[in-house]
Amino acid sequence: MSTNPPTLSRPSENIGLSVALDGAGWHPAAWREPAARPADLFSTAYWADLAAEAERGLLDFVTIEDSLGLQSDHFGGPPDSRTDQVRGRLDAALIAAALGPVTSSIGLVPTVTTTHTEPFHVSKSLATLDFVSHGRAGWRVQVSSKAHEAEHFGRRQIPAIGRNWESDDASRRVVRELFDEAADVIEAVRRLWDSWEDDAEIRDIATGRFIDRGKLHYIDFEGPAFSVKGPSITPRPPQGQPVVTALAHAQIPYELAARGADLVFVTPQTVDEVPGIIEQVRSAEASVARTGTPLLINADLLVVLDHTEQAARDRRHRLDDLAGSALQSDAAIIATTPERLAGLLIEWADAGLDGFRLRPAALPTDLVAITRGVVPHLQRAGAFRSGYSTTSLREHLGLPVAVNRYAAIA
Amino acid sequence: MSNQTTRKQIILGAHFPGVNNTTVWRNPASGSQIDFASFRHFAQTAERGKLDFLFLAEGLRLREQRGLIHDLDVVGRPDTFAVLAALSSVTTQLGLAGTINATFNEPYEVARQFATLDQLSGGRAAWNVVTSSDAFTGENFRRGGFLPHAQRYTRAREHVQTARELWDSWRSDAIVADKEAGQFLADGTAGAFAHDGEHFKISGRFNVPRSPQGHPVVFQAGDSSDGREFAAQSADAIFTRHGTLEEGVAFTRDVKARARRYGRDPDDLKVLPGVGFILGDTDQEAAEIAREVRFEQVSPQTAILLLEQVWNRDLSSYDPDGPLPAEDPDVESISIIQGRARQVDGILETARRYRRIAEEKNLSIRELIVEVTGRGLFVGSARTVADELDRFVLAGASDGFILVPHIVPFGLDGFVDQVVPLLQERGALREDYVPGATLRENLALPPAAPAAHWAARVRDNAEEVAS
Ligand SMILES: Cc1cc2nc3c(=O)[nH]c(=O)nc-3n(C[C@H](O)[C@H](O)[C@H](O)COP(=O)(O)O)c2cc1C
Repeated sequence: MSTNPPTLSRPSENIGLSVALDGAGWHPAAWREPAARPADLFSTAYWADLAAEAERGLLDFVTIEDSLGLQSDHFGGPPDSRTDQVRGRLDAALIAAALGPVTSSIGLVPTVTTTHTEPFHVSKSLATLDFVSHGRAGWRVQVSSKAHEAEHFGRRQIPAIGRNWESDDASRRVVRELFDEAADVIEAVRRLWDSWEDDAEIRDIATGRFIDRGKLHYIDFEGPAFSVKGPSITPRPPQGQPVVTALAHAQIPYELAARGADLVFVTPQTVDEVPGIIEQVRSAEASVARTGTPLLINADLLVVLDHTEQAARDRRHRLDDLAGSALQSDAAIIATTPERLAGLLIEWADAGLDGFRLRPAALPTDLVAITRGVVPHLQRAGAFRSGYSTTSLREHLGLPVAVNRYAAIA
Repeated sequence: MSNQTTRKQIILGAHFPGVNNTTVWRNPASGSQIDFASFRHFAQTAERGKLDFLFLAEGLRLREQRGLIHDLDVVGRPDTFAVLAALSSVTTQLGLAGTINATFNEPYEVARQFATLDQLSGGRAAWNVVTSSDAFTGENFRRGGFLPHAQRYTRAREHVQTARELWDSWRSDAIVADKEAGQFLADGTAGAFAHDGEHFKISGRFNVPRSPQGHPVVFQAGDSSDGREFAAQSADAIFTRHGTLEEGVAFTRDVKARARRYGRDPDDLKVLPGVGFILGDTDQEAAEIAREVRFEQVSPQTAILLLEQVWNRDLSSYDPDGPLPAEDPDVESISIIQGRARQVDGILETARRYRRIAEEKNLSIRELIVEVTGRGLFVGSARTVADELDRFVLAGASDGFILVPHIVPFGLDGFVDQVVPLLQERGALREDYVPGATLRENLALPPAAPAAHWAARVRDNAEEVAS
């Protein structure tokens, strides 16, 4: 058994807990559940209600899924022509920003793709999310390896990559390149966040200077895919560095997380796999010579929750029947009661995880089961907060204050 | 209010001044230009005044002069989309207009962001398309480099056209969401698009359903002939600097005639100059405040820097309270200022004009700069300002105004408290919003015409010109 990574200021009895919001939920038939609101998926009210529920449950943060392409049944392939599942989604960074003023404590972590976007825009977008939420912004970094998404931009071609890309040299090379580029994007974005020192705005009436330009810094980022001069046009955000997260299942993505992220989402299928995955993450950290705070490691679990085990399994099967096929996921799928899930989270945390991102199968049903079922059980076990005692997302997660790399040099 | 329907309505936008040299940050009443509380107050004030929209400008690289980041003016602004999305949650009727460059963004992402903003706000999004960008700004971007002036507009035109095609790619009734029948989409091709043009060859499936306005309102800002032509072809409204009555009438006549040539109703292209305003209890008091504000906007150091932008030389050794330099502007060297749209008229003519004015009125450098850089400023009691604004609109100088206060975030309060009621009294401004009205409806614009119509107008016109 591996031992726990060095714990930070987060109380050790506290399990990290967040939810992943996506459309009507992670089951393709979720939109047909009685409580689902499929006609509202593109409204602020829908997202505000979900965020409010997650905040009522005192969760660390919500992630908001996104992609530059339309949802599809085909892995990595072009969109399908299905009409029986949710298709279409709003830009996650904008949803998160809209949630800023209507929430007060919960972290807001949109998915933002690095492959076709401008690091300069990404940086100011997330910095501004941090301003509008008073220090609750995060970022789920996502790489687009899809050929058809590249065609939406017409600037480059990306060869089709199959499910078994790891064992195919050509695909591996493409993936390696895309992830190297993503690591560069994270680095450029982080430098831009630091490109203003916190006290750069001086409003000095005597000299007539609004800013001290000595506290603004060119970032001079140069990489194979792009270069960025800087400084940002947006001052350093309240957290200094919003929290960077990434989902990873394999060596190359683990290395990306180790190079640039604060928190990695992993996908063990059983508790027995947990130590091995933690070891892989730690060895990725070593191989990229990560310094500073070790990655927080959260497991993703797709959950179907109900009063009894049987009811949960029945609900899963009912959804499968509506969808016409059994639910599949990269993450472990767990159909159980809130109480049992709470026990399972404690057991898996004891195996070395810092926390969990739960993917509710159906919204709002499974989210409510988390906030009103799982959370109280964790609280009774002394494993979860009874109120927010911290204000920023970094603090919720026990991450240290972000030191400005440029100020440190001065 | 029977005359409300018959008499011409004034369109009013509120410009939140971001990076700029007009905000009097030295004034103790000036607050943060970054904190969300500032944006919230400003937007809610505009909404209290029943204004049409809030407006955000954009700059993508910090200005430099003599190779140094400019440090005298307000510097630093948040991201346009994130601010507008957040504001959509704390307002219900106010339009949300964002300036987004057509050079350093791609149609798929911009169309997606504006469609999202339109969804989140219930039909209140507007895009001010700008093209100003050069190699200096390009250093912050993947694409790098810059586009020559003419090409910037061909790209901008195609950019907007492509965005319209993407917005059209979902029918408004594409989402069925019938749980019982298990049918979410009306058909399996929603979002399908293919555009093959000079600047963009893109295809696939757009992933945001059609938004309440169909096409968010499109603004254009840019004054060259190319810019005006682009507006006449592709925009619903123009943001201009022409703030005097005579200039306004001439400009409005010109761009509306251009719109007519594209087969458009000239009323469907709104002309909106950006204007400042100074209120006082009396006209005289307002005039005194205006003088103070102008000198606060143009500090001694600022006067020298603004003069340098014309002279294109280091003038740091000159006395701002002394006369203009004897030497002429440097027309050979590259621009001393970077990150600001270059002046259109030649700098030699400008310098000659400056000399003439300084001589005639016996002005120092600072006094001259105060004199020549003020523009579109309405000064007086609330009654006088209301009368003047209305007079401009009735005379055909514009369809309304984009108000630029010099204090953030409280600079709009006085206007809303004092001028708005007077405009309402005379039936020139709505008493209240129509609940749920979109920005397009508030601006009295027609429903979004399909992308194909916009393209056909341009094509037909080209044939007309060719034949
Ligand atoms: C009233 C007005 C406002 C403008 N605001 C912006 C702005 O916020 N950001 C920007 O990059 N350019 C802005 N511009 C510049 C225009 O987009 C345009 O690129 C520039 O005027 C050069 O084009 P032209 O030669 O057609 O005038 C503005 C122009 C005008 C006239």
